[in-house]
Amino acid sequence: MTARPVIQASQLDLTFVTADGPVHALQDVSLDVPPGAFVSFIGPSGCGKTTLLRCIAALETPTGGKLSVNGMTADEARRARAYGYVFQAAGLYPWRTIGRNVALPLEIMGYSKRDQAERVARVLELVELAGFEQKYPWQLSGGMQQRASIARALAFDADILLMDEPFGALDEIVRDRLNEELLRLWARTQKTICFVTHSIPEAVYLSTHIVVMSPRPGRITDVIESPLPAERPLDIRDTPEFIEIAHRVREGLRAGYEE
Amino acid sequence: MSMRRLSPVLVMVAGLIGLWYLAAVPMNVHEVLTAAERGGAEVSPPSAMERRDMGNWALVLRNPEHLGASWSSQRPRLPAPHVVLVELYESTIDEELNGRRGLVRSGSLSNRSLVYHGLVTLNATFVGFLIGAGLGILLAVGIVHSRVMDMSVMPWAIVSQTIPIVALAPMIIVVLYSIGVQGLLPKAVISAYLSFFPVVVGMVKGLRSPDGMQLDLMRTYNADAATVLWKLRLPASVPYLFASLKIAIAASLVGAIVGELPVQQGGLGARMLAGSYYGQTAQIWAALLVAAALAAVLVWAIGAAERRALRRMGMMA
Ligand SMILES: Nc1ncnc2c1ncn2[C@@H]1O[C@H](COP(=O)(O)OP(=O)(O)OP(=O)(O)O)[C@@H](O)[C@H]1O
Ligand SMILES: [Mg+2]
Repeated sequence: MTARPVIQASQLDLTFVTADGPVHALQDVSLDVPPGAFVSFIGPSGCGKTTLLRCIAALETPTGGKLSVNGMTADEARRARAYGYVFQAAGLYPWRTIGRNVALPLEIMGYSKRDQAERVARVLELVELAGFEQKYPWQLSGGMQQRASIARALAFDADILLMDEPFGALDEIVRDRLNEELLRLWARTQKTICFVTHSIPEAVYLSTHIVVMSPRPGRITDVIESPLPAERPLDIRDTPEFIEIAHRVREGLRAGYEE
Repeated sequence: MSMRRLSPVLVMVAGLIGLWYLAAVPMNVHEVLTAAERGGAEVSPPSAMERRDMGNWALVLRNPEHLGASWSSQRPRLPAPHVVLVELYESTIDEELNGRRGLVRSGSLSNRSLVYHGLVTLNATFVGFLIGAGLGILLAVGIVHSRVMDMSVMPWAIVSQTIPIVALAPMIIVVLYSIGVQGLLPKAVISAYLSFFPVVVGMVKGLRSPDGMQLDLMRTYNADAATVLWKLRLPASVPYLFASLKIAIAASLVGAIVGELPVQQGGLGARMLAGSYYGQTAQIWAALLVAAALAAVLVWAIGAAERRALRRMGMMA
């Protein structure tokens, strides 16, 4: 990691204050994300993956440690609209067509009408939803809605993409296709991507770096740099290298459980 | 409406009308017997003094032969349905077509017709509804955006609705009259007073209906409060708004009628009170029917606007 990190976390700590006592969600999380990396976060449910992503997005404020995004504080980066965020559910506004949903950030950020139309057409093409611009969300399948929400995060020029289990609710086949699309998109746009997942194969297939986390309180137990080539056909998942990395991830997850 | 949905409604209506005819017998028995006695018939007991202290049902049982007049009594306590319908016809269509002051002969609506009085009430209802709904929406926006308003306005809004409007209406009219305001406006104020509350409650709920994720999305765009209001909270509140507008328009109508009671300056409320002064119960009932029909039409109209709006927003197939 030579270039200056896009995301730099050191000894992050976060404790939620709740009615039944404090919840220690993150402890001593240190991580550098280099520009153009594809980082996956994997760990058991409740280990703080979402919380970490939300800290980076300045939707949550750490109670300790230092966090910088694009060389600024996380909140400054949010104000500078440095990232696009894809939530676990598509979260499209039901009263807007797909096209107008994708245009929402563009309207807010003051892009011209012509620029908006061009960008909406381009990103919908990118997620293979061209022709669905005039449809309402309920007229689309869950997978198509999720792709629309990805298009929405890609429509404006943020060089960071934060994705929280975007394909969690989808079946295996659709997921494979979207994974392939996402890799192609990442190669084309050169964005830095942070990607939360529960699936070991998904993490290994997509990432340049795999961050393994353990629960209670959430910590990073391992960061695996993938030796896989940038060009990844789906059948790379049957190669010995792939299986070896997947094995290492599984070991890391198990170690986190046994402590 | 299909026949299958209509028939239970018809059965219900027929049952109610039957009950109404039945109830007219004991309700009117005193008047019926008095009239029969005056006409030279023999009634039991013969003295009006004695009858006064007797129960209605006892009189009914002792004078079955006179009960035929129950549904055509001159001054009934409870006029029979057909009597009300005749009154309704005479004070609307007949009055306008054939009356000396009616639309056909004088060129303007007769001030003795329920068409005229219905329009007077409708006018006040509309003005009151617009003021009330507008105020309700503004207050809701304030409540959602300001903690101070949330803490201070809501309790007062609730208190305002616990005061009986019948007690408050004359005071409002007197106070406004003393500063030279009369006519339509005082009625509209009372109407607005009743209708703003459901709109506040519905709109606050609607403006707060976006979930955490929808709001977080706006945060990731660094959107300001006005943008969040305009692009998220307001569109999300539309279904809630229409639900409360339906209640508000009915409340507006009630407010306008109540506002017409203390001043005899026209309107359905004035007609009802006049009817009760002069013992014209059929007139009261006819005015009541017109008010009920108005309420039904107004609520239906809001429902139609709701369907149109939701369809245009793509939220209804
Ligand atoms: N707003 C909050 N208030 C209190 N506790 C919270 C809050 N958000 C998360 N937590 C707690 O913090 C811990 C981490 O939650 P987080 O959502 O980050 O887990 P996760 O790794 O994303 O889990 P999953 O894989 O199930 O999505 C959990 O124990 C959760 O209960
Ligand atoms: Mg999560």
